[in-house]
Amino acid sequence: MTIEIKTTSVEPIRNTYSAIARRFGDKPATRYQEASFDIEAKTNFHYRPLWDPKRTLNDPSRTAMQMDDWYAVTDPRQFFYGAYVGNRAKMQEAAESNFGFCDKRNLLTRLPEETQHQLLRLLVPLRHVELGANMNNSKIAGDAIATTVAQMHMFAAADRLGIGQYLSRIALLLDGSTGKALDESKTFWMDDELWQPMRKLVEDMLVIDDWFELTLVQNVLLDGLMYPLIYDRMDAWLGEQGAEDVSLLTEFQRDWFKESLRWTNAMTKTVVGESEGNREQLQLWVTQWEPRAYEALKPIAQATTGIDALDEIRAELSVRLKKVGLESTGVQA
Amino acid sequence: MAIKNKKLNLKDKYQYLTRDMAWEPTYQKKEDIYPDEQFEGIKITDWSQWEDPFRLTMDAYWKYQAEKEKKLYAIFDAFAQNNGHQNITDARYVNALKLFLSGVSPLEYAAFQGYARVGRQFSGAGARVACQLQAIDELRHSQTQQHAMSHYNKHFNGLHDAAHQHDRIWFLSVPKSFFDDARSAGPFEFLTAISFSFEYVLTNLLFVPFMSGAAYNGDMATVTFGFSAQSDEARHMTLGLEVIKFILEQHEDNVPIIQRWIDKWFWRGFRLLSLVGMMMDYMLPNKVMSWAEAWEVYYEQNGGALFKDLERYGIRPPKYQDVANAAKNHVSHQAWGTFYQYSQATNFHTWMPEEEEMTWLSEKYPETFDKYYRARFEHWDKEQKEGRRFYNNTLPQLCQVCQIPVIFTEKDDPSVFSHRQIKHEGERYHFCSDGCCDIFKNEPEKYIQAWLPVHQIYQGNCGGADVATVVEKYYHINLGVDNMEYHGSPDHQRWLDIKGLKPLQSNSEKKTAA
Repeated sequence: MTIEIKTTSVEPIRNTYSAIARRFGDKPATRYQEASFDIEAKTNFHYRPLWDPKRTLNDPSRTAMQMDDWYAVTDPRQFFYGAYVGNRAKMQEAAESNFGFCDKRNLLTRLPEETQHQLLRLLVPLRHVELGANMNNSKIAGDAIATTVAQMHMFAAADRLGIGQYLSRIALLLDGSTGKALDESKTFWMDDELWQPMRKLVEDMLVIDDWFELTLVQNVLLDGLMYPLIYDRMDAWLGEQGAEDVSLLTEFQRDWFKESLRWTNAMTKTVVGESEGNREQLQLWVTQWEPRAYEALKPIAQATTGIDALDEIRAELSVRLKKVGLESTGVQA
Repeated sequence: MAIKNKKLNLKDKYQYLTRDMAWEPTYQKKEDIYPDEQFEGIKITDWSQWEDPFRLTMDAYWKYQAEKEKKLYAIFDAFAQNNGHQNITDARYVNALKLFLSGVSPLEYAAFQGYARVGRQFSGAGARVACQLQAIDELRHSQTQQHAMSHYNKHFNGLHDAAHQHDRIWFLSVPKSFFDDARSAGPFEFLTAISFSFEYVLTNLLFVPFMSGAAYNGDMATVTFGFSAQSDEARHMTLGLEVIKFILEQHEDNVPIIQRWIDKWFWRGFRLLSLVGMMMDYMLPNKVMSWAEAWEVYYEQNGGALFKDLERYGIRPPKYQDVANAAKNHVSHQAWGTFYQYSQATNFHTWMPEEEEMTWLSEKYPETFDKYYRARFEHWDKEQKEGRRFYNNTLPQLCQVCQIPVIFTEKDDPSVFSHRQIKHEGERYHFCSDGCCDIFKNEPEKYIQAWLPVHQIYQGNCGGADVATVVEKYYHINLGVDNMEYHGSPDHQRWLDIKGLKPLQSNSEKKTAA
């Protein structure tokens, strides 16, 4: 038996907004569609920006990539704001529980002094890399054409700030929330030889003007090497040093990177597939920047996992790039 | 470095979790990383003095915002499932939503873009983070507004192509040029314009009237959005005040620059608000308060207290504030009178107030409504009822700056249009006021670029030579369905059906009948 509540049904006069109907037909649309397509201003801009007088607002020429329609780049996760924060709220709940667990049982402070020092030298300084990633993604969100593209980068900007905060909290667990450990960790970022190629790379990325070049370098190339190296291989290495509990505090990053591969791969594939011209330019950027990302991570790999681990990851990235029609040099695959 | 063994307080902890992640660059020059921070002439001597206007780490943000979104979307679902659009006071109300979705929601999106940009531009990381949080909030608002009004779009006309229309329709160039102006400025002016003038000084006159209007007119979807956005807006207002105080405290040379921006953005905001004024006085079947009352409370009183507070920095109230204050008894009537005449070219319906509404207007505007406006409105009403609905087919002269037709009157004489003109490099430019004319004179090279809809139509850039073609083909307005006179329109007919004033026909029958 089923129960049936009688309701009056009212026929709609249309199923969705016209812009959505033009793309997908006049049928009921998803929330992702109504929130993400064609809501960004496209034409008839009034004034040229004082900060870029050669171009208009929302000018497609802020990148060398040319797309007939930037809305061809979509998010396989179908994240609009509500879906995004809902997903991250669940992830942060897990992270919070892990941090709480570590704090309550003193899992970090009971580690040997030398291991604690290694965390401050080798892991926590990545918070600065995350801040760079945060700035880069915020710039891209401001420059990108099409909401489907811009919002993915805004979400990434927020994510990177959050990840930087989780990394910072590892130091706060170590120093009992005095800030001392963060101060110490920052000196490695600023002065330790090990971090200088990375810091130089991050500062060099902060002056990249082309937003698609920047998303490629940050979200595909650097992250594509850095996340597997740090949160997979170095995580295992820390485990060998008796610091396996640290894994609890970086779980967020592992889940996050796995998820981010979905949109970064889809985006790169679509833009490469648009034209030979796009592919050629992207290839030039890969050739230029992939070795820089590798070099920046080399000292960290050498000090921890060994260089073989980084080379393996590099080969994995090369396979990933190959799938979208790009080649990375420097790997004997 | 002093040895630290004390636990961080909340303020310091938040700084460690935000600005302390930044560092002094050594491989690249600071001015290359932050190339836009200097050109406006604002002097920041010490970013560390920046007070975080709120302390919200990302984990807390995700958690709170997700809870809010969950509740909001539960209401949207319930609203759609129960055909909540049938419970509004009157279908005329939906026209306020059309104005909102095409005039305000695109600004939320533009704000997202603007804040994402300035969230990268400042060398002070504390300010960057605060701006980024506003950027993602603004994205939220633009998207939840699409969803809040999605159900209305399925049952009423005129809501169907808001973003397309925002880029094109003549009067929508008023809000669009406002935000284009802010976004094309430098980062400090953007914040003075949007965070301070718009969010802090004027938000109670823009965002809030629409949300209160929704509450008063049975629009559960929109008012729930309004409540849900309230805590976001509170953060944005706090940022607005911090921004202005910070800049003013940094260097005395900043004071005259900020004063000029406050003058400019107050006036631009005041002109933009004419659209809200007419919405409050004419488009809400159940009225919240009159525009004049709103202006008195939210500008004259609250704004007055604010500028009193800013006096110690050497800031005076905005120039032409007296003109704006005097205009509170006129602007909504003048604006509605204009939109009534040009309703064939808007994306919403217009109508003449019913007798009891006229009475309300007389009570709320004892010195102006009966004296200057009632007779004209009664005449138009009579004409419409006798089958001669008045439409004006002459395209109006637009102000070069605010882009509103030159329809407002002189402060001291409501029978004379306020019209200013100047010559600049051999061309003549027209303005609605001294306020707009001053703005032009300060930056003529910017405002000569304005995309003026009337000029563009006459130059043949809008798809056709006659109004009907422009409206239908270029604006995507379904002429006579989305707009023109409300009475007798499909929306009106449908509303009568919903209210059982006539039997509800099925859609297919209607199509056959048409």
